[in-house]
Amino acid sequence: MIEAVLALSGLGVLLGALLGWAAVRFRREDAPLVDAIDRILPQTQCAQCGFPGCRPYAEAIARGAADINQCPPGGEAGIQALAALLGREAKPLDATHGSEQPARVAWIDEAVCIGCTKCIQACPVDAIIGAPKLMHTVLIDACTGCDLCVAPCPVDCIYMLPASSGIAVWRAPRPAAARLQNITFLRVP
Amino acid sequence: MAREFRLGGAPHLPAATSVQTVMLKVLLALLPGIAVSVIWFGVGLLLQIALACVFALLAEAAMLQLRGRPLRPFLSDLSAPVAAVLFALCLPPWAPWWIAAIGMLSAIVLAKHLYGGLGYNVFNPAMVGYVVVLIAFTRELSAWPALAAGSALAPGEMLHAVFGGGQPWDAMAQATPLDTLREQLGQGRTLAEIRSGPAFASAAVRGEWLALAWLLGGLWLLQQRVIHWQVPVGVAVGVIAVAAPLWLYDSGRHASPLFHLTSGATVLAAFFIATEPVSGAATPRGRLLFGAGVGALCVLIRRYGAYPDGIAFAVLLMNAVAPLLDRWLHPRVFGRSK
Amino acid sequence: MSSSIALHGFHGGLRLPGHKIAASAASSRACPLPPTLILPLGQYGGSLAQVLVAPGDRVRRGQLVARADGLAANVHAPAAGSIVAIEPRPVPHICGLPASCIVLAVDTDADTDDRAICFPPMVEWQQADAQSLLERIADAGIVGLGGAAFPTATKLGYPIELLVINGAECEPWIACDQMLLRERAQEVCTGARIMRQIVGATRVVLAIEDRMQDAAEAVRAALDSSTDIELVEVPTIFPQGGERQLIRVLTGKEVPSGGYPVDIGVLCHNVGTAAAVYRAIVRGEPLLERYVSVTGHGVLAAGTWRVTIGTPVEWLIAQAGGYSGDAARVVLGGSMTGTAIATDAVPIVKASNCVLVLTTDQLRDPAPELPCIRCGECARVCPAQLLPQQLHWFIRAADWDAVESHALIDCIECGLCAQVCPSHIPLVDWYRHGKTELHLRADAQQRADAARKRFEARTLRLAQAQAERTERLAARQAVDEESPASDPIAAAVQRAAARKRSEGGPEHGA
Repeated sequence: MIEAVLALSGLGVLLGALLGWAAVRFRREDAPLVDAIDRILPQTQCAQCGFPGCRPYAEAIARGAADINQCPPGGEAGIQALAALLGREAKPLDATHGSEQPARVAWIDEAVCIGCTKCIQACPVDAIIGAPKLMHTVLIDACTGCDLCVAPCPVDCIYMLPASSGIAVWRAPRPAAARLQNITFLRVP
Repeated sequence: MAREFRLGGAPHLPAATSVQTVMLKVLLALLPGIAVSVIWFGVGLLLQIALACVFALLAEAAMLQLRGRPLRPFLSDLSAPVAAVLFALCLPPWAPWWIAAIGMLSAIVLAKHLYGGLGYNVFNPAMVGYVVVLIAFTRELSAWPALAAGSALAPGEMLHAVFGGGQPWDAMAQATPLDTLREQLGQGRTLAEIRSGPAFASAAVRGEWLALAWLLGGLWLLQQRVIHWQVPVGVAVGVIAVAAPLWLYDSGRHASPLFHLTSGATVLAAFFIATEPVSGAATPRGRLLFGAGVGALCVLIRRYGAYPDGIAFAVLLMNAVAPLLDRWLHPRVFGRSK
Repeated sequence: MSSSIALHGFHGGLRLPGHKIAASAASSRACPLPPTLILPLGQYGGSLAQVLVAPGDRVRRGQLVARADGLAANVHAPAAGSIVAIEPRPVPHICGLPASCIVLAVDTDADTDDRAICFPPMVEWQQADAQSLLERIADAGIVGLGGAAFPTATKLGYPIELLVINGAECEPWIACDQMLLRERAQEVCTGARIMRQIVGATRVVLAIEDRMQDAAEAVRAALDSSTDIELVEVPTIFPQGGERQLIRVLTGKEVPSGGYPVDIGVLCHNVGTAAAVYRAIVRGEPLLERYVSVTGHGVLAAGTWRVTIGTPVEWLIAQAGGYSGDAARVVLGGSMTGTAIATDAVPIVKASNCVLVLTTDQLRDPAPELPCIRCGECARVCPAQLLPQQLHWFIRAADWDAVESHALIDCIECGLCAQVCPSHIPLVDWYRHGKTELHLRADAQQRADAARKRFEARTLRLAQAQAERTERLAARQAVDEESPASDPIAAAVQRAAARKRSEGGPEHGA
């Protein structure tokens, strides 16, 4: 009996040592975790997560100072992707950081704009072009919909509008939903 | 005045087939073999099939109810009766009724619904059921009637054997040719001696007729595009690949590939059991290798294993490996080099 | 005389009942002009054409009403009339969303040909250079009439070796290409020759299905023993007429996954496109009409019509005798790949080849979908050699990396997998969902990468500006410490004046 115990224990110690050595000998140099997290984040730079940009948030997640459910623009899909990357449980979006909105872009009402450049300074991705006392305009393709330009405007001339819709960006629905959805009739006047 | 219409996705044609039609074709293809089996082994086989079907459908209905799934589409898709028939074909004709019950419970509840139901079973349900009863009740499953004419039991005796617990251990019980072979090889006799023994002669010939009947049904299934040719061909190749070297090495002690191919359940397995789509491989080359694995393992288990027929174990082992085969043997996409 | 080139095969495919007799029994008829024509501005994939007219304008037949901008096609008024509106109208697209259209009220007393606008006929096209031919094709608004509606001039802009004119109309019910070949084979052949001249092809093959014997005879008569175009009959298997499958059958070569036929020196154009090219070059007509089959058990008088672009489907079906009692679904296209439309007010567009009206007994039984039983029939019939089963599992699980690696983009949406599936899984709907999701994810990833770059550039710029400011401040402080000015304000004014002189203008802050 004692031989059996000794034999199995010896085997366990031997195999454990082998595994430990293999873990050190065959270690893989992975890409830095922060870069991988940053690639998943939507780059809106909106600071809704509580950090001044997506990179600081990625760094905070990597060192464990932030949770993965603080990014509203990334939404459900972003949380799932982060959970898969980090091997954690996905959780619902933390409502204290905002809610997931459909894609939006900013639009400046040119009739009201006074050319103060406050919105240009606020935009984290330089999506607004203009100069002091000259017209300011939002470049739709560059705007990430982060909302940071709306507050600084002294004349409240910036509106957040839904991003492009229509046939070009139509998403074919998952079949089960399509069957249940009542989209069978299109009334013509 | 513009009219409005109900929408629907392409293709806008009536569906070519259904799961029910596919399963029905499998059942039809089994008929020739069942007929020959009844002739050799008596009508007890029909009783076993009926019992197995009843228990299979009961188990299926119970599980569907428990899982909150709709009963009608899943009960009418005929997948449970197919598993029942394949299971019953492995049983001796006067096995007690509770063999069928336990077997079908294992097949439908354990192997099918606990993994997710139709389309999700990892292991072949009929084979899981058979293996469970084989390992648990080996004695009941090794009592086959002698294949001499007129050896079938009278109906009254049959019912007594199946329902009344009165297994006719003494009267005319006999092992299958494979069982005899294995046992007597183990005792050191050569093939020539075994072949000339009483237990063997007519049984082997009858077994070939049975194999032919299964083959007919299987070929029809191939023509109907219900099964893929890669599986039966793979099984044949696997059997020959393992049996031929052994036989060439020492034909006195190892059966020929032809014997392996035409005895036991090889042909049945090649066309009906290994072709079970859900638990098998999903790629063409994967199916070839899957069939080859089944054939090779079957011969090895028959020769060196503890049980007379290796089909069930071979199939289950290959079921476990099938996803890996699919991953390795991905077919080439049009316009890509690999 | 059919060419005796060795034909290869392609994986999968299925022989389907043709159902083409009804649409091809009699000669084609000209569909009378409807009261209103609806002209969509876009091809749904590229950009919208720029509108040149406004509501209330009067237009002549053939007048350019919208100019192509980017990947789009010119839109011409197919009849004389007045512009009613430019507004969203239902269009034949799978999503059912409306799109911007020009609505044209047709003059009732239109003497259509008299004041029509057309280009100068290029009768001596053999002497013309490729550039002017291409310009004419683009001006005429010609797009691929086989269904994809890609601008033809763009597609003809590459040198190639083999030009395939695709008359292999493989989808059940559709017979418009067959009728075109039967009645206007000469136009198709001349169009093919014009295309050959543009791209400099060494070989031209006109491919038809072997059941289209009437078309074969007409083409042979038109070719009249000239050998510059080879007529090849290919087996009647769906989807033989798919560009990639046809090229493989004719040449044995496969178009690279994610690539185009030009990558292997081949170009494929529909017979209708070739005929349209002929009309544009030789007769100077813009693309104003096309052959459309109106068929199915749901119309009373099936046949093939020559239809003006923009004709509402409702009008066309009325010409074809109207609906039968149990007409249940209208499909634009064939039974395998066509789009069901919700309302028959949608117009015939350049890519419409068939209006198929199905009755209730011709439709799929809406039986519940069973789980996939992994039977493998879908993979057996897939012409793109995909694993539809696996694709469907991965899309269901939203495993987009696996979806991409299993080549979803190569799916040609032929519908065979869904047709043979015993579990009645709507596989094509899953693939469409997968494709749009992949496309939008790739798009979102691109935008996110671009946003990150701009953010980093901005951060860098601000940091540099900050560093410069700090330096200047430090330099100024150092100067002040060395020689403390008696009057710091005067010193500051002097410095500002010096700076103004050296820079020649006021500084612009940013």
